Amino acid sequence: MHVTHLSLHDFRSYEQVDVPLSAGTTAFIGANGHGKTNLVEAIDYLATLGSHRVASDAPLVRAGASQAVIRASVVRDERSALLEVEINPGKANRARVNRSQLPRARDVLGWMRAVLFSPEDLALVKRDPSDRRGFLDKLLVLRSPRFAGVKADYDRILRQRNTLLKTAGFARRGTSGDAAVATLDVWDEHLAHTGAELLAARLQLVDALQPYLGTAYARVAADATADRTSAAVTYKPSFELAEAVRDRTVLSEALSAEIARRRKDELDRGISLVGPHRDDLTLTLGELPAKGYASHGESWSFALALRLASYDLLRADGDDPVLILDDVFAELDRGRRDQLAAIVGTAEQVLVTAAVAEDVPDRLTGQRFDVHDAQVTSV
Amino acid sequence: MYEGIVQDLIDELGRLPGVGPKSAQRIAFYILDADPGDVRRLAEVLTVVKEKVRFCITCGNVAESEQCRICADPRRDLSMLCVVEESKDVVAVERTREFRGRYHVLGGAISPIEGIGPDELRVKELMQRLADDTVTEVILATDPNLEGEATATYLTRLLRPLGLRVTRLASGLPVGGDLEYADEVTLGRAFEGRRSIDD
Ligand SMILES: Nc1ncnc2c1ncn2[C@@H]1O[C@H](COP(=O)(O)OP(=O)(O)OP(=O)(O)O)[C@@H](O)[C@H]1O
Ligand SMILES: [Mg+2]
Ligand SMILES: [Zn+2]
Repeated sequence: MHVTHLSLHDFRSYEQVDVPLSAGTTAFIGANGHGKTNLVEAIDYLATLGSHRVASDAPLVRAGASQAVIRASVVRDERSALLEVEINPGKANRARVNRSQLPRARDVLGWMRAVLFSPEDLALVKRDPSDRRGFLDKLLVLRSPRFAGVKADYDRILRQRNTLLKTAGFARRGTSGDAAVATLDVWDEHLAHTGAELLAARLQLVDALQPYLGTAYARVAADATADRTSAAVTYKPSFELAEAVRDRTVLSEALSAEIARRRKDELDRGISLVGPHRDDLTLTLGELPAKGYASHGESWSFALALRLASYDLLRADGDDPVLILDDVFAELDRGRRDQLAAIVGTAEQVLVTAAVAEDVPDRLTGQRFDVHDAQVTSV
Repeated sequence: MYEGIVQDLIDELGRLPGVGPKSAQRIAFYILDADPGDVRRLAEVLTVVKEKVRFCITCGNVAESEQCRICADPRRDLSMLCVVEESKDVVAVERTREFRGRYHVLGGAISPIEGIGPDELRVKELMQRLADDTVTEVILATDPNLEGEATATYLTRLLRPLGLRVTRLASGLPVGGDLEYADEVTLGRAFEGRRSIDD
């Protein structure tokens, strides 16, 4: 698929901007802070209903405005659609497709597919389990949007259960009867059921991603020594789980058993200790874990490879996502720059941002826009 | 901020469900502009409704006497009991004309975040109503959202040992929704297709 028109209203630094786009490669060039990332962030937002830079929506709305609007015309399988999302911090967001209102904003997921590469991706390798879970869940929703609902249910069950665990913990320590504990079983059952649905999907996703990751890393880091070119990703559940289990019923039973086993701990600490919200991904390079061992350049290549693998996986599902490279070339040496340019050169649509034109490999220049003080002009 | 009493009105209106500060202000100024007779009638209805309307001692539905219209109706089938969250859900189910039994209104759904557990709901009263063998089927018609499902799971666990038929509305209701907003046809079909809960 590709975007043919992007229009922003009170989004980030843009009061109003209209950018005509086409298939192939487009580069946005401009000095630091002039609004390049803001543009591509908007496209990624349509694909994920989230930002890669912030966890809440408030910073996405232009300072002083109360609502941001992102509009994009997209073409997919030779059919075009107009997507619109209204961001209303503190209130429900709204979405429309071809001018008809969708029941909920999240129903727009699935219309836009994009994969964004950005400097923040380094966090996937270097930072917390939550960064890696976020990566996995966003990819899951891109592949199959109904998981946005599963994830939202799971998060709500978790909040309900954590609140209950705190109250029940107090009740147990105090003298009052523990009515709260009586309902804990109910939330256990729901946590295990919905948790297993999410867990099964994530396990299958990692299985599907693994071969693409191996290939992508070998290509990005073609100059690495032989024992440092094999990258792997494995799913690391929060408890002992037989490796090959993918069946939802079996997973649900395993979760239930573990939840029962940990109940005392959970009551003591007042939080849910078992479930997909405590899981992680293990990334390995050669024999060693990437986190804590890989060099800066290797970590960066690994992050790129994770994104490339995501792109290839989505593409194999049947439709080219929009590929966005936000400020990634400046971080790469000459060899990796050319590798990446060659790999992405065949994508249906590539959007590139860079502070200076020299950072963009020649074959990716294509159409060019200058971004200056939240104004976008074709050159 | 407006002067004393106008601001008081805005504050009071703002406490109503679904009324934000902006709407509260709009309603307040509408009232200030409105015909005094209209406002007096509204004030009277508000007072009378609080004095007259009570909750049915049997089922918890809103009632104008000790028992609600449905519990007092001898033609209703005493062997079937439909458990709902709120009185407004009784109205929704009645609209479908699929159900001829009686109701039990819980007064909400289990939600630890809002501090609501079984003790805050009319669960004890439900168990008392089921103590003799008059009721043979309990239909759990809590909302098709997370808290409604959790409440249904809780009640199922509680009721199963009693040897009753426990059923849940068929799926097909919009997930994540409110029973009261389901249209008659969808809700009616959900009643028709209700299933016994057994695992
Ligand atoms: N909600 C907002 N309201 C107004 N301005 C904002 C808002 N959010 C971000 N900005 C401004 O947008 C600018 C950042 O834009 P952006 O991140 O797109 O820059 P960039 O061109 O990608 O720069 P770099 O080359 O450094 O990555 C900052 O100057 C910031 O102050
Ligand atoms: Mg930037
Ligand atoms: Zn009654």
